[in-house]
Amino acid sequence: MQVRVQQEAFDLGVEAAGFAAAQSDMGAVVTFTGIVRDGAEGGMVAMEIEHYPGMTQKALEEIAAQAVRRWDLGDALVIHRYGRLGRDEMIMMVATAARHRRAAFEAAEFLMDYLKSRAPFWKKEIAADGAEWVAAKDEDEDALSRW
Amino acid sequence: MDVLYFAWVRERIGVPKERVETGAATVADLVEELRAREPRYAAAFADLSALRVAVDQELADFDAGLAGVREVAFFPPMTGG
Repeated sequence: MQVRVQQEAFDLGVEAAGFAAAQSDMGAVVTFTGIVRDGAEGGMVAMEIEHYPGMTQKALEEIAAQAVRRWDLGDALVIHRYGRLGRDEMIMMVATAARHRRAAFEAAEFLMDYLKSRAPFWKKEIAADGAEWVAAKDEDEDALSRW
Repeated sequence: MDVLYFAWVRERIGVPKERVETGAATVADLVEELRAREPRYAAAFADLSALRVAVDQELADFDAGLAGVREVAFFPPMTGG
């Protein structure tokens, strides 16, 4: 299991290939990547991601460990960036490895649902004419109830 | 203890972190003390349903006890992913 909280960009291809190559007897690898998109109706120039340094790594490790236990994963990878990101930059990725695809897909969804509302990150959309904190959505909180 | 603020809570209060001497028994008691300090605190803590809290870097409830606690953080609902 690997969790990385970092400012710098990551290479999706290198990370995904490295993760897949490190597995044995795992029939399925799923990756998900989150990308900065314009939520400010065309005016966004960047996204600023703040986090809680003392807590972030630990919170992500707990979420990843839960996923590994629950779906008996061979491995899980979480990378989440912070700082100022431009449009279309990759914010984060998760990868899961399991013997069968259903477990790999479900575990990746579980990771994403928990990262959204239980990992201490806050997004702010920077537009030419001002900046606005992204509000958490009720549906993100509701998504946790299915697990 | 150290009290930390993130995102708009930090902006509204004006500092990311401060040392607070308090005898508050719970997070809710600490919030009451902070609210009484200055209008910027009252504004930040006006609606607790819009806030989340972590005690010693673990998510907690507002009725969590503060005995032996070193760090309390207040922030809006998280928007990771």
